[in-house]
Amino acid sequence: MSVRLINEAAQFAPKYDLVVVGAGPAGLSAAIEASASGASVLVVDENAAPGGQIYRAITRNAPERQPFLGVDYWKGREIAESFLQSPADYAPATTVWSLNPATTEDASAGPVLGVTLSGVARTVEARAVILATGAMERPMPVPGWTLPGVMSAGAAQIALKTVSAIPKGRIVLAGCGPLLYLLAAQLIEAGADIEALLDTADKGQRLAALRHLPDFLRSPYWLKGLALLLKVLFRTKVVTGVTALSIDGDRKAESVTFEAGHRRQKIPADCVLLHQGVIPGINLASAAGCVIEWNDRQRAFQPRTDPFGRTTAPGILVAGDGAEIAGAQHAAAAGRISAAATLEDIGILSNEAAASRLIAVVRARRNYLRGRAFLDTLYLPAQQFRAPTQPETIVCRCEEVRAGRLREAIALGALGPNQLKTFLRCGMGPCQGRMCASTVTEIMATEHGLSPAEIGTYRLRAPVKPLRLAELAALPQTQDAIFAVTGREATDYSPEEKGTTP
Amino acid sequence: MLLRIRDAVDKVTFTFDGAAVQAARGDTLAAALLAAGIDTFRISIVGREPRAPYCLMGVCFECLVTIDDIQNRQSCLVEVQEGMVVTSQNGARTIGRDDGL
Amino acid sequence: MAFVDECEMAVVGGGLVGAALAWGLARSGIQTMVLDGEDLDLRASRANFALVWVQGKGLGAPHYALWSKASAERWPELAAALAGDTGIDVSLSQRGAFSFALSRCELDAWRIELETIAEQTRGAAAPYEVLGADETRERVPGLGRDVVGSIYSPTDGHVNSLRLFRALHVGMKARGVNYRAHHGVKNIEPIKDGFRLIGSWGEVHARRIVLAAGLDNERLAPMVGLSAPLKRSKGQILVTEKCAPFFDYASTTIRQADEGGVMIGDSEETHSSAIATNQDISAVLAHRAIRVFPALADVNVVRSWTGFRVKTMDGLPIYEQSATHPAAFIAVCHSGVTLAANHALVVAPQIAAGRLAAELSPFHSWRFHAPQNS
Repeated sequence: MSVRLINEAAQFAPKYDLVVVGAGPAGLSAAIEASASGASVLVVDENAAPGGQIYRAITRNAPERQPFLGVDYWKGREIAESFLQSPADYAPATTVWSLNPATTEDASAGPVLGVTLSGVARTVEARAVILATGAMERPMPVPGWTLPGVMSAGAAQIALKTVSAIPKGRIVLAGCGPLLYLLAAQLIEAGADIEALLDTADKGQRLAALRHLPDFLRSPYWLKGLALLLKVLFRTKVVTGVTALSIDGDRKAESVTFEAGHRRQKIPADCVLLHQGVIPGINLASAAGCVIEWNDRQRAFQPRTDPFGRTTAPGILVAGDGAEIAGAQHAAAAGRISAAATLEDIGILSNEAAASRLIAVVRARRNYLRGRAFLDTLYLPAQQFRAPTQPETIVCRCEEVRAGRLREAIALGALGPNQLKTFLRCGMGPCQGRMCASTVTEIMATEHGLSPAEIGTYRLRAPVKPLRLAELAALPQTQDAIFAVTGREATDYSPEEKGTTP
Repeated sequence: MLLRIRDAVDKVTFTFDGAAVQAARGDTLAAALLAAGIDTFRISIVGREPRAPYCLMGVCFECLVTIDDIQNRQSCLVEVQEGMVVTSQNGARTIGRDDGL
Repeated sequence: MAFVDECEMAVVGGGLVGAALAWGLARSGIQTMVLDGEDLDLRASRANFALVWVQGKGLGAPHYALWSKASAERWPELAAALAGDTGIDVSLSQRGAFSFALSRCELDAWRIELETIAEQTRGAAAPYEVLGADETRERVPGLGRDVVGSIYSPTDGHVNSLRLFRALHVGMKARGVNYRAHHGVKNIEPIKDGFRLIGSWGEVHARRIVLAAGLDNERLAPMVGLSAPLKRSKGQILVTEKCAPFFDYASTTIRQADEGGVMIGDSEETHSSAIATNQDISAVLAHRAIRVFPALADVNVVRSWTGFRVKTMDGLPIYEQSATHPAAFIAVCHSGVTLAANHALVVAPQIAAGRLAAELSPFHSWRFHAPQNS
């Protein structure tokens, strides 16, 4: 058995039992589980090969050639291979730009996805959809972060995984969280010289994290974490307690200025890698109308889900880091759990069959959740890096809206992030708010002295990824839609109706 | 900019702003450009500032370039192809040809 | 016991209509408070096509045609006054606009409407030209072969309506208006010397009030002896990435904002109450836009949105002073952009002075309650 590769839009089946969006650990596991139960499954993924970001390019790399990627990375191989041997349909290099939930009126109609492959758009119907779109890095807006030469730590990791390349020139890492140290270790292992790692972690969080320490010490993470930390501390200059950071340069990054312990320093840098944790990517779930809620411990918005990943929108589930940040192994378990639950919902698995599949994996997931509270609390990014104080800091990179302008508009009494978007265009560019939503909410929360839960976030709508007008135009023209646009019945109106001029 | 620590095995050639660039088959265009020493991918629309990829995972839209005459494509999501013609994106896209349309 | 605030004038609603009136009232020297709701309330002010538009308006209602025309003529004065107060340029452009017809039948229908309006206003309506395919193409480069002709209206145009919205809010602040977000009004009770406006936040006592709450006017109006019967009308728009300038005019279905984005609209659904966008409608909008400007085919759509029009049963505005509670006024309209100049420069001073002028009496809600046979 092996997956059926979909290379062009015409190859999609009109309807699947389950469509999985994303081919990372959660999505692949969900697809493996569901297709093994006899469901017709489609996996769509933006990248050219399975693995998601964590196991990016896993089928193309080898431990002999890329030993620097570390043992955890190679765990992805088994999952990718077993997916490639499953009977699912697999559409790589495919963008999902819309998702409409099942309508409540018509019980037989399931969620509908708008997808684009090789420049052709199509709609695909599903009885259920599992969103396994994973996480994105929490934006870290500091002065100069839009300069060429500044990337996220995740980007550097992707470069290592996809083209076996390390940043060129003098490398500075800045920010906080386990991934920053993991990247440092990988870069060192790959032969890079790191000038400095500027740790912006808020030392004040140590005390708060302490009460979660016993749990962390029983988790699978702590030994690994300790080894990582020691390796980086041994091989690199690590500056802790960094409280301010800016990147300077004319047409590209040239230096980093930072403050630590009330001392200001400037170090030359050609490449600055920023990171302050990851947050769920919620755009598709939010545009589908799923209720989005605030997770205070992880300080991020996430779709509201039940323990099986069901969202508030009928037929739509979220599994993995897109639902709540808990890492790759947890995501794999969550994918299987959501698959079993949804197959039961649509009647492919019986109650008993679903329950028996769930027992072991639910236990496994619990184990992977252990220790998260400690990490979340310890690495909560410091206030000044979530809500930048320098007025010149660009918050919305697309529309180039700066923190100062945002604060002026907030002072007008703006209602919330959506009113700010209207006033300043922040979040209106091609990234559709991905790079500024969390910062806008944080700044507004700070200015009003409220919780981000009370501030809310952008309302999102399709298309969640840009698509060409021609792709949209080629979709079927329904009678109702023609009437809504032209005010004329479809019988009076042919979309191909031609003008009288040559 | 990036430095390859493993030689590309299966090489392809494309052009960026008219200059030939070598990459490995399977590379994303964004990574291939960074590895070829390209540090600016586009000029931003509002402030006309130089920009380059930030996330390499489809989120930030900083890596937009023109690929084979289609403007504003995310180069981090496209694999390089032999003979691809890639140009940097200078501010807002144009509509149609040079005569304005 | 909640803290009770007092003000001379309370405007309920901080959208384009409420903000234009509040700014105008403040300019007239009235101490004004604006009570606004929540970020995700239905807000037509954030979902409009930004046209300053007269063409075709007022079929069977010549007073509306003339009212719209007067506002369009007043718009340069509004833009200048806002720039003076706030330093914000709202990018008013009134260099003419087109309605592109994709079939003879469309063109004929529009022509007949405009002829009728011209007749009903005895020639006082805004000027227009009916252009054939070749004439249209001469004036607008890049049109597709499917465009069979157009209506050109030299006085129509557009603004940057989002910047207008911000300018009004900045202007309100500059003029000392007390703007309050998260102050949705649940109930209004007439009292001696004014009204109690009550919400979960507490209450405000206002000597006079203006209802400018968009769709919520329907619920609020009867509390003060007014009426605002509305119907459902949902519109949907596509917005593209920023493009270099390609189309200098406005049009009913395609316009390029001064920042570069192309807006493509619009649709009307009368049965949907969901705020979600409808993909089928997006497909039709996209298809028609490409037929008008084929070079748009490769442009990326980056957003789409929907909004609910504030539409009365006959589509015309309601301006009214309550007969039972004369210190209560209401302004309900769909075209909050076009009419912003009238609202700020004409209606607000009248409300400030305590009486709406006779020219506004045709916009009274009595028209919905008149016996059917009259």
